[in-house]
Amino acid sequence: MFLVPDSVGRFFHRMASPPHFYAFTERLMPWLVVIFLLLTAAGLYGGLYLAPADYQQGDSYRIIYIHVPSAWMSLFIYVVMAIAGAIGLVWRIKLAEIVAISSAPIGASFTFIALFTGSLWGKPMWGTWWVWDARLTSELILLFLYLGVIGLYGAIDDKRVASKAVAILALVGMVNIPIIHYSVEWWNTLHQGPTVTKMDKPSIHVSMLIPLLLMALSFNVYYLIAVIQRMRVELLQRERNSQWVKTMVLENKQ
Amino acid sequence: MKPARKQRLILITLMVIGASIATAFALKSFNDNLMYFFSTTDVVDGKAPKDTLFRLGGMVIKGSVERPGDGMMVRFKLTDFSKEVTVEYTGILPDLFREGQGIVAHGKLNNQGVFIAEEVLAKHDENYMPPEVKSSLKNQPNSGTGQ
Repeated sequence: MFLVPDSVGRFFHRMASPPHFYAFTERLMPWLVVIFLLLTAAGLYGGLYLAPADYQQGDSYRIIYIHVPSAWMSLFIYVVMAIAGAIGLVWRIKLAEIVAISSAPIGASFTFIALFTGSLWGKPMWGTWWVWDARLTSELILLFLYLGVIGLYGAIDDKRVASKAVAILALVGMVNIPIIHYSVEWWNTLHQGPTVTKMDKPSIHVSMLIPLLLMALSFNVYYLIAVIQRMRVELLQRERNSQWVKTMVLENKQ
Repeated sequence: MKPARKQRLILITLMVIGASIATAFALKSFNDNLMYFFSTTDVVDGKAPKDTLFRLGGMVIKGSVERPGDGMMVRFKLTDFSKEVTVEYTGILPDLFREGQGIVAHGKLNNQGVFIAEEVLAKHDENYMPPEVKSSLKNQPNSGTGQ
């Protein structure tokens, strides 16, 4: 705690206060959208136009530019959700609870996209839409974990109680994350081993790697945009009886 | 840290550790069931099931693919770089099927120890590169990439 500069500490302290968060993200949003659009344009142009065809899979491999960043995001968002849930449980910070529940639908969408594009890719390359190997099955379980989190939150009326329940479910589900990542190494699978996320140097040509990393960045910024928008809505709903929301609504009316 | 928070943090940590240990034991005991396919060594050593369908994975040995007869029947040898198994398959092979490629076949062993496949899936590797790079790698046999 002593290592964090005072100004940084103050920034986070203020961000944890709902009215400050609401006002700050409103000013931040246009910048995020511009960064997202630039990154996506650069990544897609690089991936679909500049990058060469693959020696084995030809042009079909280009689905990698959607499939792989989505799969990375599905894991990353889950970790964010579980950690935010844990912070909410221990320190009872309202905003952390909101980060956790707002991340769930976005993570579920990315998981679905990863599964769906993987299926489209599997048919021409492997010769099948779906197999029950360790990688595909554990990723499907991840989708069900996300859906479980969303369902559990919706089933409990008191949203502070719901957040606690959801955080515990998300934390228990954390065991699935290393299983997904290492499934292709621990067991025989039809899915191939990791290309980029390994200790060795990536086994993808640099002209194909750069667009992939750009797309991964763009998906991260998209997540930031989507989670902030969802958090703002969730905040307003939870705080609808508080003074700052009332004042803001009245000011906007005039 | 306040005692109540500390207690909650410890409780959560214990919960996550407990869940991990439970999962690790479960996965360890189901390890064989989680394998998507048997290797050729398993089959030669008799570890693969007899009389039932199972999956066999391995690399198609270069120069082993032959088409005896006029039909769709293909015969090839699979290896895991230690033991070999002969596979027979009648049907359309996936586009990525070629010599030196990893594949997974679904079928069963006959009495002669030949694997009669009902389905053949291609397993592609994790390397992505333009064709020019691949051909230049071929000319230098000692290059570092897998394959």
